Amino acid sequence: MSTTTRDLARPAPAKASSAKPRRGLRGSPTLNFWLFTGPFLIGLAIFVYAPILWSLWLSFFEARFTVTPDKFVGFDNYTYMLTNDDFVGSLGTFTVFAAFIVPTTWALSLGLALLVNRMRFMRAFFRSVFFLPTACSYVAAALIWKMSIFSGVRFGLMNTVLGWFGIDNIAWLIDPNPPWYWLVIVTARLWLQSGFYMILFIAALQNIPDELYEAAALDGAKPGWQTFRHITLPQLRATSTAVILLLLIAAYQAFDEFFNLLSKTTWGRPPLVELYYKALGESQDYGAGSAGALILTVLICAVTLLQGKIMGFGRGDESK
Amino acid sequence: MTTTTPQVRKSAPKPGKPRRVRSGGGVMSSTGLYIATGVAAVLFLIPFYVLLRNALSTDAAITGENWQIFPTDIQWGNIGELFSDETVPFARSLWNSAVVATLHTVGVLLVCSLAGYGLARIPYKHANKVFYAVLGTLMVPTAVTFVPSFVLVSSLGWVDTYRGLIIPGLFSGFTCFLFRQYFLGFPKELEEAARMDGLGYWGAYWRVVVPNSLNFFAAMATITFINGWNSFLWPLVIGQDPSSWTVQVALSSYMTNQTVVFHMIFMATAISILPLVFVFLFLQRWLVQGIAQTGIKG
Repeated sequence: MSTTTRDLARPAPAKASSAKPRRGLRGSPTLNFWLFTGPFLIGLAIFVYAPILWSLWLSFFEARFTVTPDKFVGFDNYTYMLTNDDFVGSLGTFTVFAAFIVPTTWALSLGLALLVNRMRFMRAFFRSVFFLPTACSYVAAALIWKMSIFSGVRFGLMNTVLGWFGIDNIAWLIDPNPPWYWLVIVTARLWLQSGFYMILFIAALQNIPDELYEAAALDGAKPGWQTFRHITLPQLRATSTAVILLLLIAAYQAFDEFFNLLSKTTWGRPPLVELYYKALGESQDYGAGSAGALILTVLICAVTLLQGKIMGFGRGDESK
Repeated sequence: MTTTTPQVRKSAPKPGKPRRVRSGGGVMSSTGLYIATGVAAVLFLIPFYVLLRNALSTDAAITGENWQIFPTDIQWGNIGELFSDETVPFARSLWNSAVVATLHTVGVLLVCSLAGYGLARIPYKHANKVFYAVLGTLMVPTAVTFVPSFVLVSSLGWVDTYRGLIIPGLFSGFTCFLFRQYFLGFPKELEEAARMDGLGYWGAYWRVVVPNSLNFFAAMATITFINGWNSFLWPLVIGQDPSSWTVQVALSSYMTNQTVVFHMIFMATAISILPLVFVFLFLQRWLVQGIAQTGIKG
């Protein structure tokens, strides 16, 4: 279709006349390419590539309180981080967190999308309600959760509600046994991000051709679970894969709510919080911090590629 | 709000498709559907309600024995109290956030859209290699590079400055990637017409491509602004002095303060969310469209 409109809009000879004659400075593709991409590429080199290389260099030095160290220590920083209980523990924290947040967000956002998508009235209203928390910051949510909803004292909303049923106050955040803090952290993030992924699922649901449902009905599939299981879910495969990958990457980078909800605690530190205290806290150990950052980078690359392999998610450059 | 509905569908391949209503015999009757959704909606709104309620209460009403769901006396004076409190640099942090988020948005859109266009539409034999250099940065999450980035920015002397807060975040490989994907689908005919009229690449970009892409720019601007306003880790690292705190860093510091004044904290939080709720309500269609098109927030 595109070729026909093209031919109608512009007869063939015009191509030669429009592309060829302008070979001056203004029309030079090479020059223009660098003019357009230059500012971005320079910034990328300075603020993305240079820090990565610098940190690679730092990671092989003993760099405490300095970023221009001179004591080469080889792989000591790496062995230190990989045998450091706090750092390895933070990877465990991330694993637990991902195991909670990825399936729950996937299920809740898909559920909300299915509900909203079936609505005939007030659909835009409900979609807006579920989507509104996306506008909030993790800091604001952490504050509402910590200071009010999951406040450990009697006036906290959850404890008030539990009190109606005669249940004692629960110290949600300041006691790791039992680890109620996971409930606080997971619900905060669920509230914040489900609406966003719901939007993705709604868009995907509307792309499923009606004919599939009609054909399924003709074949005797019952509406409801059967249709969902055999039509909707397989049709959402691409979106689900992308959503899970995005959720994993987001969980990996979790910082804001852990930092704010669990300040001054020693438990429940995901990798970035651990690195923050390691590199920018009292010890200012840039060497070990850089080594940790690079270990994380390698891990996230591996997970991304692995998941891409397993679930067939790629940007179409497998052919190289 | 009602105008937003068609926007999602616009991203579907068949724009004129009627809304699918699978009526009759579903697992859930219409009433059940609305009850379930209504309950979920109430749960989603509770945090907003708690925030507003506490922001407009006295500390006694927040922490008191009898927690009233609907308080009777509303303390509008809390707003004035917050802004007149000398010990809390809240107004300053709001201003910082406004400056940072706005310049961040303008800068990201300018730099990344130009690069995305160059990569998508200007023929150059090494363009693919350049594109892979950009794609490679997607594998390294920006949050993981905050340690080396801080090292770099502090050696430039940019700690506690707007420069330090804004410039390092402008070069988003991801936004550039999204712009490139968008421009790949931009109709070639429009550009070719512009070239025939004697415009170079630069002229065609500004006079034809950008004016015809305002929807996409608006969507990206909304998403970028929200992310800029809400970002926390980088401002926390860079903003060492309270005068350079953004609103998120200020809120975080109130939470860990020794002296907790509840109604002030909640009022500050409510005010910090307010601009985004407005952005959200008025620009929701761009936001939804942007997310549906690009599948991503930031």
